[in-house]
Amino acid sequence: MAVAGRIAVRRPALAMRLGRALAPYLLVLPGSTWLILFFLFPLLTLAITSLMSGDFVSGFQLTWNFGNYTYGLALYATQYTHSVEYGVSATLIAFLFAYPTAYWITFHAGPRKSAYLLVLLLPFFVSFVLRTLSWETLMGDDGPLLGPLKSAHLIPSDFRVLATPIAVTFGLAYTFFPYMLLPIYASLEKIDKRLVEAAEDLYASRFEVVRRVIFPLSIPGVFAGVLLTGIPTTADFVNQTLLGGAGTTMIGRVIEQQFEVSANYPLASALAFVFMLGLLAMLLAYQRLFGTEELMRAR
Amino acid sequence: MTRDRDLPESLDAAWLRGLTQTRITRRTALAGAGALSLSAFLAACGIGGTQQNAVSHQNWVWDKATKAGTLDFANWPLYIDTAEDSAGNTTYPSLVEFTKQTGIKVNYSEPIQDNAEFFAKIAPQLQAGSAIGYDIIVVTNGIQLTNLMAKHWLTELDPTKLSNFFQNGSKRVLNRSFDAGNRFTIPWQSGFTGIAYNTKKISREINSYNDLYDPAFKGKVGMFTNTQDTGNLTLLGMGIKPQNSKPSDWQKAANKLKGLRDSGILRKFYDQSYIKALSAGDTVISMAWSGDVYQANLSAENTDLKFLLPKEGGVIWTDNMCIPLGAAHPLDAITYMNYVYDPKVAAQLAEAINYITPVSTAKAVVEQDAAAAPDAATRDSLQATANSSAVFPSDADLANTSYYRELNPTESTQWNDIFNAVILS
Repeated sequence: MAVAGRIAVRRPALAMRLGRALAPYLLVLPGSTWLILFFLFPLLTLAITSLMSGDFVSGFQLTWNFGNYTYGLALYATQYTHSVEYGVSATLIAFLFAYPTAYWITFHAGPRKSAYLLVLLLPFFVSFVLRTLSWETLMGDDGPLLGPLKSAHLIPSDFRVLATPIAVTFGLAYTFFPYMLLPIYASLEKIDKRLVEAAEDLYASRFEVVRRVIFPLSIPGVFAGVLLTGIPTTADFVNQTLLGGAGTTMIGRVIEQQFEVSANYPLASALAFVFMLGLLAMLLAYQRLFGTEELMRAR
Repeated sequence: MTRDRDLPESLDAAWLRGLTQTRITRRTALAGAGALSLSAFLAACGIGGTQQNAVSHQNWVWDKATKAGTLDFANWPLYIDTAEDSAGNTTYPSLVEFTKQTGIKVNYSEPIQDNAEFFAKIAPQLQAGSAIGYDIIVVTNGIQLTNLMAKHWLTELDPTKLSNFFQNGSKRVLNRSFDAGNRFTIPWQSGFTGIAYNTKKISREINSYNDLYDPAFKGKVGMFTNTQDTGNLTLLGMGIKPQNSKPSDWQKAANKLKGLRDSGILRKFYDQSYIKALSAGDTVISMAWSGDVYQANLSAENTDLKFLLPKEGGVIWTDNMCIPLGAAHPLDAITYMNYVYDPKVAAQLAEAINYITPVSTAKAVVEQDAAAAPDAATRDSLQATANSSAVFPSDADLANTSYYRELNPTESTQWNDIFNAVILS
């Protein structure tokens, strides 16, 4: 700094040029430091750990043990499938609920928009573990919901919701609902209402307006919502632990257990790394297929 | 390898060596090409692996330990006697009495919900050689305790400071296979893993492990996520003594569990929440821990749960007090560990929590308390505690129980992988 100061006194033009040249790098510095410290460095550590062998007591050594990958994949392939299955269905369900809700709030809620939005988001101020636990109580076999239905013989006595894939999927969809709702709402809100009027003036039906004007304009929000919901639902393990049963384990839970309980860090790292790469591949494919820019151009 | 006894833990010998030997200079590092330094960096990578020279270190602890007047005690929830003072705050009578006797103030906390989770929390700190902030922790015999001992992350106990323990400890706790000679740990309380069922929902008699496989209970059977409880109890159910079992037996047990899962009879592998599921009616029969069933029947309006040891045999486990390495007040800690082996204190704890007490002579104290009880209800309840096989098990009760299979690190990975293939499916 002192050097720069001296230069600045004598040759301001150069200092200004220097400053201009440095500015972008200085601006990007906090962000990139953050990325390197909290993303690249852990990622590298994860990659290296995944190639180690040994055990907790005698320590883990780097032996380029690629066997962790084949072993882990062979052992836990179904759990990867579960993650994708439940994650994708939950995202879809969240979308099917969130889009009409956001649409109604934007176009039909009138002056009470923010009130409705607040009411929808209010439950999410409570810790999500607590909310999931209350689902567990509510949906219990003899709980307040199923109990009366069973005593009225409306459903068979061995019917259950908990400990099934359905419970996991809906639990996930519910937990991450705001992440789907808010981006969609934001993009619907931005739509110029005169475009809707123009479409109606041109004799488009209600349905046509939604299909050809509103939905295409809201695609950036849908795209963001699907990403924001899809990634955490696929990676989640809490919902599955609380609402799932035998045979519904998702890969996030396996990774957590391998790290914490079995203390098998190499295997856990390998599983996590495969999961991350898989997720990245899915994201790229998704971006390719439904990326906002392509769609904008296609229109 | 001898070690200077006064060398503090933070001054690692390897670090000192690094200071006095030639190091890679900046120039050689630059000259030595990227690939070379990268491979050097990668070669330096590794997690853990060094073990302390235990004996000299432990002497160092006890030679220097002085009474600090404070004790930081980490325990599990609902695992000590409680009372309420006039202001409505929870107090712990046995701890109050301890402070009165010794002048040591106890900071009692209940941060341990799960062995693995707690271990994952303290392991990085212990690995780094820093104190974890507790003088006593309570850990169940099992993989985590084995790891703590193998890593020498526990302070070796000084037997001369544990006179009560050696005098009053029951035969069972003086000689535990997983910590022979009580080198690192002494028991806090013990309990059984067996079967619990809802007597309102199941009218027939339950006495066998195979009752968990009855198709009549389809979708209503619970087991444990914990590979040790589910694995060991299943081995016993198949007539295999866990201690003599081989990996092929483990595989057979896992296959049996897989069959149960695929038949739809098994609902879920539960953590501590199994007791909630059982009380709420989500399950009607489940693997269970003895003390929980007692507490569930006490607290809820539901008093229909019954705990039993299957006729094929049950699992016994022990929660152990130990002093983590680097504890700030080791002398206060060992003073307390000795204190709870006073039969009076042991009786006080047993009356409150109903787990297997490590002091069998506490039975006489409980009986005296029952005789001196102010009202009939209290007398009956105390008499029931004195006669309970879940608190003072007879030799016959104990003969039909086994500890968890002891696992060395390689076996423990194998065990977990075999059972997790079904538990985490």
